[in-house]
Amino acid sequence: MQSKDAIPVLELKGVSKSFGAVVALRNADLTLHAGSIHAVVGENGAGKSTLVKIMAGLYQRDTGTFEMDGHPVSFRTTAEAKAAGVAVIYQEPTLFPDLSVTENVFMGRQPTGRFGRIDKAAMRAEVVELMTRLGVRIDPDRITQGLSIADQQIIEIAKAISLDARVLIMDEPTAALSGVEVDRLFAVARSLRDEGRALMFISHRFDEVFALCDTVTVMRDGTYIDTVPTAETNVPAMVRMMVGRDVNELFPKIDVPIGEAVLEVSGLTSPGLFADISFNVRAGEIVALAGLVGAGRSEVARAVFGVDGYTEGHVRLNGVALPKGKPAAAMKAGIGFVPEDRRQQGLVLEAAIATNITDAIRDRLVSNAVITRKAENAAAQEWARALEVKAASLDTQAGTLSGGNQQKVVLAKWLATRPKLLIIDEPTRGIDVGTKSEVHRRMSELAGEGLAILMISSELPEVLGMADRVLVMHEGRLTAELSRAEATPESVMFAATHSPEEVPA
Amino acid sequence: MTGIQATQDRVATVSIGSRLLGLLRRRETSILAAFLIMVIATAAVSPIFVFSPDGWRNLLLNPAIYMVLAIGVAFVIITRSVDLSVGSTMGLTAFGVGSLYIAWPGMPAVVAFLVGTAFGGLLGLLNGGLVAVAKVPGMVITLGTMYVFRGANILWAGSTRINASQMGPDFLAFGNAQILGIPALTILAVVVLVIAAWYLHNIRSGRELYAIGSAPEAAELYGLPVRQRMLMSFVMSGAMAGLAGVMFAARYGTIASNAGTGYELQAIGAAVIGGVAITGGSGTVIGAAFGAILLATINSALPVLGIQSFWQRAVVGALILGAIILDRVLAVRQKRKLIAERMEP
Amino acid sequence: MSAVAVQTYPDYGQPLWKRIFLTREMAIIALLALTLLVASIAVPHFADRLTAYNLFRDMFATLIIALPMALVMITGDIDISVGSMVGLSCSMLGLLYASGVPFELAMVIVLLIGAAGGLLNGLLVTRIGLPALAVTIGTMALFRGIAVGLLGTSTITKFPQAWTDLTKYEIGQTGIPFIMVFFVLLLGAFVYLLHFTRFGRSVYAIGLNSEAAAFSGVNRERTRTILFVLAGTLSAMGGIYWTLLRGTARGDVGDGLELQVIAAVVLGGVSVFGGLGALHGVVAGVLLIGALSSALRLVGVTAEVIKIITGVLLIGSVVAGSLIAWIQDRRTKPAPAATGG
Repeated sequence: MQSKDAIPVLELKGVSKSFGAVVALRNADLTLHAGSIHAVVGENGAGKSTLVKIMAGLYQRDTGTFEMDGHPVSFRTTAEAKAAGVAVIYQEPTLFPDLSVTENVFMGRQPTGRFGRIDKAAMRAEVVELMTRLGVRIDPDRITQGLSIADQQIIEIAKAISLDARVLIMDEPTAALSGVEVDRLFAVARSLRDEGRALMFISHRFDEVFALCDTVTVMRDGTYIDTVPTAETNVPAMVRMMVGRDVNELFPKIDVPIGEAVLEVSGLTSPGLFADISFNVRAGEIVALAGLVGAGRSEVARAVFGVDGYTEGHVRLNGVALPKGKPAAAMKAGIGFVPEDRRQQGLVLEAAIATNITDAIRDRLVSNAVITRKAENAAAQEWARALEVKAASLDTQAGTLSGGNQQKVVLAKWLATRPKLLIIDEPTRGIDVGTKSEVHRRMSELAGEGLAILMISSELPEVLGMADRVLVMHEGRLTAELSRAEATPESVMFAATHSPEEVPA
Repeated sequence: MTGIQATQDRVATVSIGSRLLGLLRRRETSILAAFLIMVIATAAVSPIFVFSPDGWRNLLLNPAIYMVLAIGVAFVIITRSVDLSVGSTMGLTAFGVGSLYIAWPGMPAVVAFLVGTAFGGLLGLLNGGLVAVAKVPGMVITLGTMYVFRGANILWAGSTRINASQMGPDFLAFGNAQILGIPALTILAVVVLVIAAWYLHNIRSGRELYAIGSAPEAAELYGLPVRQRMLMSFVMSGAMAGLAGVMFAARYGTIASNAGTGYELQAIGAAVIGGVAITGGSGTVIGAAFGAILLATINSALPVLGIQSFWQRAVVGALILGAIILDRVLAVRQKRKLIAERMEP
Repeated sequence: MSAVAVQTYPDYGQPLWKRIFLTREMAIIALLALTLLVASIAVPHFADRLTAYNLFRDMFATLIIALPMALVMITGDIDISVGSMVGLSCSMLGLLYASGVPFELAMVIVLLIGAAGGLLNGLLVTRIGLPALAVTIGTMALFRGIAVGLLGTSTITKFPQAWTDLTKYEIGQTGIPFIMVFFVLLLGAFVYLLHFTRFGRSVYAIGLNSEAAAFSGVNRERTRTILFVLAGTLSAMGGIYWTLLRGTARGDVGDGLELQVIAAVVLGGVSVFGGLGALHGVVAGVLLIGALSSALRLVGVTAEVIKIITGVLLIGSVVAGSLIAWIQDRRTKPAPAATGG
């Protein structure tokens, strides 16, 4: 296994990275030894993905040292990182769907024979050998279109091994995997470790960290906190390190009288995504939908709002049934939806702030069958001020704003519709601490004004601090409904990692 | 879960039987079948369509030029782009070769072929350069060059036309010769097909074209030399168009400034019908060639079947639409099936 | 609520003159003005009333088709079947009238055929999910094929005088044909649609970020289909116009028109990637091509050279657009996608 005196395969010391005014990574230290599986945990915005991208050659670090085998390195391109033996397995594998598994593994470096002719037999044999070594059976001749994420990840791993990667970084690899697939992945990871490679495992899931990894590094707000062997720590200690002082800064939810049910969801089902989801959200209430990444929460939210369809079940707003698959109808009924992917789904980055803010209320700005820029600007002015968006003018492109301000613009857009129900998916992801508390405060105020809020969050402190009720999902099913008093890190985590039958009612 | 189970079974069945079945299911086979059905039906109506020296010769000769064009255009379509200028390139090259003969009456036929192909490749380089360097969609660029080349052709030719008498006799002889009953130009087309198919199947840079068309962002991420490959695909398309132009000159001898007009549609249509997905990443030049054979034969079969040749374009259009709709419906169905298989407990 | 003084935002980051004049549209309008100026001086008879008259009459079809084409391209789609639809409408108009259908009714039927063709394009693109280029390559062949198939080599040359004369009337002595009134009305309608309605806003939204548009309640399928229908209908109108202009119905009318329309639209500032563009630039683009063609023809240059120049203009404006975008990217680096931990 690892020898503490051995030269680490990869070492980052004091690495920082900023993008303009946003400090993404601050003084990060990371040491990866051969024959070790090293976990990196932290909330969203902790700086994990920036760290990975620096190691992968996508970003250049601003400060600090980066050494491999004791020699300083600096990757300017992903190709250089790959050549040095660093391989990254992303949550969303990028394969070539029309090409076979074998071709995907070897694209660009197929073994050749005479006349440069690709040696198909050798290629195929090596892929079969790789698969056997990994202990998996995937048909090397089939196209990768339609393969499960789990299988696609294995192919990425096979690629990394065939490139003789010495460092394998896995970014949230288990997010979309079933229990059995996770076991398979872990077996593969262990065998790679035993071969003397260094593995880095980014994850939200504590049980997996403790099951698989020998060391864990905790990050928070872009800063390195600590590195400990997993044998010498436990979940509460890790949570404390991850959350730190932020717990005090969260605005606890103000107690308000809770009214009638605004949203009623019953028996909602979409095969492969979620099944038999029933819950309601009442006026003045903040209901959190908690669970691990991949549990199906965003899918449920999108189905309620109408962006996606569903096969069974009903959605009712204030007693009136909503047609499925029609966001416009949901908007008209009074639902606002702040999506998970702010940049791709929530905003139009190249458009002005004014345009973005008024994207959902145009029908109200029409006068005499005409909509003018002037009317849009007036409305945008009002709402940008209300949310204290920091921007130079209403004309400023939304893409140039910081993450926090972008989120404010999205919020402004939906609050301008004066909704009765607000669905927010990951309200504070990728936002600095200051804006985070602003957003929380705003949400509390809105609840106080009678708005019903459905909040999806992967951050435990946020869930525990803000919610009146916590609904927990696991692999597409609702496993628990916890009141504010019943919701603890342990009870939520348990429900998030076990199936409905295993969770006590 | 089941993915593993199902694929385990699939790995085991790489037997001859399943290979044959796989072959039958392919688009190329359907096109070939359609071609045969068409020929049989037309021959039934009018036997001289096939069973006469002229009929047989035309049946084999007509597709040759279309095949070469379709093969070239397939290279570009596989990378998820399109080359609309091939018809104009062909016409310009044909006229160019003719003019060269007028200037140099003793030119050997081989030189004519080489110069023509090279000239086409040069025009393709222009297209590819603009697309790769300026990062502009191939469709827009080649829409422009299609008219620029055509305009240049007409300008150059004026109202003159080049006559057969002005061209090298050995050149024309090759254009109309037959070797063992098969037209020389057709053999040339088949040779080109074999080389192109072999290249795309067995050489790294050829396979990379498929990768680029299948997932452009992934290709960039991989570090594949995307720009170079795209450039190469356009050069190939242009070169094939140039070759087609030379073949045209060799076969017909008379070249007017409108030679090649509308051929780009036939070429793209042939490729698409032959299974080359318009979104890139899949399909073969063999399919494109078969598509060309089918379309060329439809052209000549229509009048025999009593349908005026004026309808030919409409038939091509309908076939293109049919092919892309079919491809899409099949793709959606397959995706659903694969997901359902995975979901089964 | 916070007690801190809240900031007031200026409406715009740049002064009005910059917002109006430092745009691609203005560049084209300036180029147009320059061309007109130079041509008036350098080319004999360019400034004549007759030249203007012919220019407008020649470009009318391009002008009206460029309007919906601009919208189609702003959403990120494309329609290269417009020229073929012009040909098909011309054919159908001739055939219907020749077989005894009253001319007014024939015109209405032809417009409906145009709409139906556009609907076909729209449905294939939105319901089946096919790329617009592939679909319109197919329908380009199909429509033209039907046009030529129906007419063959024959032409129909008898049309009601009252209607064909319509294309000839002039407004006083200005050199502007009467039909331009019709164009101005259409232009007004499209300007209203694109710049002053929710529909128009959603056209831009789809072009800039289709997914975000869906999340904002935009019905992308319906919007895109409507635009294809408009393109088809106005192409049919163009076909009717050509028939009346020449007094002849032929199957090959409108060949190459799609190049002219697309070149004009791109020249006028519409991005090939979608999301950007405005109608005043597009109109200037059409007129620029028309002015160049007129000037060159007067100098004795053949029609083919004009084709070359149109092609070069198209390529040039697309490359220039790419260049400008590249320069802009280098200067203003927006916050990268470094969200999430």
